[in-house]
Amino acid sequence: MSEEAIHQPQVAKPGLGGAAAASGGFIRKHMREYGILLALIVIMAFFQIVTNGILLKPINLTNLILQNSYVIIMALGMLLVIVSGHIDLSVGSVLGFVGALAAVMIVQWDMNYILAGVICLAVGAMIGAIQGYWIAYWKIPSFIVTLAGMLVFKGLSLWVLEGQSVGPFPRGFQLIASGFLPDVFGIKGFNLLSMLLGLAVVAVMLFFGLRSRFRNRASSHDDEPALFFFGRNFILAAAIVYITWALSTFRGFPNVLVVMALLIAVYSFITTRTTIGRRIYAVGGNEKATRLSGINTERLVFLTFANMGMLAALAGLVFAARLNTATPKAGLGFELDVIAAVFIGGASMAGGVGTIVGAVIGAFIMGVMNNGMSILGIGIDYQQVIKGLVLLVAVIFDVYNKNRA
Amino acid sequence: MTTILEMQGITKTFPGVMALDSVNLKVEEGEIHALVGENGAGKSTLMKVLSGVYPHGSYEGIIEFRGEECRFSGIADSEKRGIIIIHQELALVPLLSIAENIFLGNERANGGIIDWHETFSRTRALLAKVGLKESPQTRVTDLGLGKQQLVEIAKALSKEVKLLILDEPTSSLNETDSEALLKLLLEFKAAGISSILISHKLNEISKVADTITVLRDGAAVSTLDAGGSHVSEADIIRDMVGRSLTDRFPPREPKIGETIFEVSHWTAHHPQHAERKIVDDVSFHVRAGEVVGIAGLMGAGRTELAMSLFGKSYGVGISGEVKMHGRKVDVSTVQRAISAGICYATEDRKTYGLVLDDTIRRNIPLAHLDGIANGIVVDEHRELDVARDYREKIRIKCSSTAQEVVNLSGGNQQKVVLAKWLFAGPEVLILDEPTRGIDVGAKYEIYAIIAELARSGKAIVVISSEMPELLGVTDRIYVMNEGRFVGEMPTGEASQEKIMSLIIRSGHRN
Repeated sequence: MSEEAIHQPQVAKPGLGGAAAASGGFIRKHMREYGILLALIVIMAFFQIVTNGILLKPINLTNLILQNSYVIIMALGMLLVIVSGHIDLSVGSVLGFVGALAAVMIVQWDMNYILAGVICLAVGAMIGAIQGYWIAYWKIPSFIVTLAGMLVFKGLSLWVLEGQSVGPFPRGFQLIASGFLPDVFGIKGFNLLSMLLGLAVVAVMLFFGLRSRFRNRASSHDDEPALFFFGRNFILAAAIVYITWALSTFRGFPNVLVVMALLIAVYSFITTRTTIGRRIYAVGGNEKATRLSGINTERLVFLTFANMGMLAALAGLVFAARLNTATPKAGLGFELDVIAAVFIGGASMAGGVGTIVGAVIGAFIMGVMNNGMSILGIGIDYQQVIKGLVLLVAVIFDVYNKNRA
Repeated sequence: MTTILEMQGITKTFPGVMALDSVNLKVEEGEIHALVGENGAGKSTLMKVLSGVYPHGSYEGIIEFRGEECRFSGIADSEKRGIIIIHQELALVPLLSIAENIFLGNERANGGIIDWHETFSRTRALLAKVGLKESPQTRVTDLGLGKQQLVEIAKALSKEVKLLILDEPTSSLNETDSEALLKLLLEFKAAGISSILISHKLNEISKVADTITVLRDGAAVSTLDAGGSHVSEADIIRDMVGRSLTDRFPPREPKIGETIFEVSHWTAHHPQHAERKIVDDVSFHVRAGEVVGIAGLMGAGRTELAMSLFGKSYGVGISGEVKMHGRKVDVSTVQRAISAGICYATEDRKTYGLVLDDTIRRNIPLAHLDGIANGIVVDEHRELDVARDYREKIRIKCSSTAQEVVNLSGGNQQKVVLAKWLFAGPEVLILDEPTRGIDVGAKYEIYAIIAELARSGKAIVVISSEMPELLGVTDRIYVMNEGRFVGEMPTGEASQEKIMSLIIRSGHRN
């Protein structure tokens, strides 16, 4: 988020009533980014109230994070795929297949779980690369290639598992998903390491946010109004501090959360600040113009899919470790949750548009709704209907905003 | 003569912009009424109001058509009255046949079942009227642009058109097709059909128009009677830009140096029909500080030549040699061509030149991202500096460099494309139709940029279908026809007649 400011278009010059006009114009231009954050807050507040405060209880927060970790991990890769103008329907099946592979290697062949993990990630990247090869170099529509991949890997995981569930995993492997940061300070009932880590993240976030804001000011281009800048950072900081505190009083940061946070930071950086990120957005925006600008568009699409495969594999490991078993049904329909999260987060089907932060918030919106509705005991039938409608509304909101602009 | 159309006090505002400011327009029955003005002057908006794209209520003013006040709620409404608009971007379905396209939405059918016999026979009659000899079952995609345009007109005729509106009909046609189209308009005129012709090509307008209305900044600034009397192009231009353009081309004193760019025996074949040579044994050279033109008709292979040189972006079975400063260079990928110092600015900026939904600032560095990055990390402050620099230098008119290029006028979009290639730091710059679809004022600015680049020692190649433009900006002209270079002359000795006769004589040889 801290890098956001430089993307802000110049707003109305402050004059008579300039401040009010400026924030008005700013809201209109950034409806989507703030809208989705606001939506998440409203949805969380709603479930917090109707579940009598269960939603934000430390144990449930931990659960929420663990439950959604694999969707978020895959959403990072899917965002890149969708921004580049493609889609990947195979990720659910790849997740299941990799989980199955891990189970066979670790449980049945007694392989070291670290080695097995590395092999699994390589296999995932390989699967993505093969699909990406047909899509990028043969121009076969990604919808078709990955639809085929979805069927193939669903079948292959059944075959690998011989139709059975395989488990349990050794303790070390389970820790990927169910482990927590060690309590190095030994304070009973409070994980100080997690707390310190959370505070450090807040400090770093504020530091970069302020630095970027001052730099923008110095180079005399207007950025978001002060009210928004401080409001947004305050809400974010408060949220992180609260979550950190809540988690610290329970068992500390789950290992998955640390991995996830690192990945979010890395992919956020790649998409907003690096040349490769630029090129991915350009390919999605206009593939022909990008190719004529001397950019190797085929390789870029190929790499995007290889990356997606690797993240799907990582999600597969996390999911298998969390269930402590690999089942032939693992990953069924996950691709739809992932794709929905990315679109709720503001990405466009046509490519060229979308943000990592948006996709993560989108995933959390889906996750909080799942979790909240389950606590309330709402049937799976209604849950599906409501989630579907939320996706539709989010996209309608996007289109409406775009047409009005 | 009776008045067929009278638009009074048309005012149309968009949030923050007044696009039309009480415009009056009067079209007589059976006349050709030309509408001219710079891009953004409001021509298209006025026509959208007239055709119901902007429905009644979204604008102020009165439209009277054939004596009745009209309140169109949509385009179907205006078509029913006989007002048909043909847009610059053709609205044909490429994979359907001519007949299917002509009767699309208006099918000859009994109870939902298409009567193909009637469809085809009526299509044949309509095609005869516009002078097309194609079979009604030919797919539109298999026709050239000129013939597609005629299919659009045949479609309009099928709807009993009273007033035909043509938006830049000849902008992508070659001279022969343009001539044919203009002749057709004159035939319609004789048959009592009125037309409104929007065009940037003043020579065409003075050829066929009876009346000329000039729009500027959303207002009708003058209506000139072109019938019989002679309206000079200079008068029209003065009204369009609000100042008189004594020179349509900036003055320059060429300082020509050593040969930089040399192409020998370049040949490329059609990507689908590999036996067809599209570029056939072409050799040419360009010197430092020199502006070289490539003249030719549409389909002569000029764009194909340029794109095959630029990283083999067109064609298969490419052979030949490219030298920079006497040394052979590899141009087999776009990346390599750019690093060799060769850049190509496309004729089709929307499809091949720009990421339309992205900002000016992010479009400019796209061909040279390393220029704004440290390693792989983009330095956004440097990016902003670069964008501001070019905005200043070549005068890109925009509210901010964070504006999306899709919202810019054609001339300013073209400047963004130029900025992109200038930032890539070329020694040889190939400009393909650099002023297509942009207005007189912006054209002059593009010419000034070309002159400035030549002065700084770059080698420039200009591909253009507008001969006055080639004669105005180049030092030397090659003439291309059917894939081959058929002539070369210093611009001082060139004339439109000379170029045309070279093309025609070379065509007779086969």
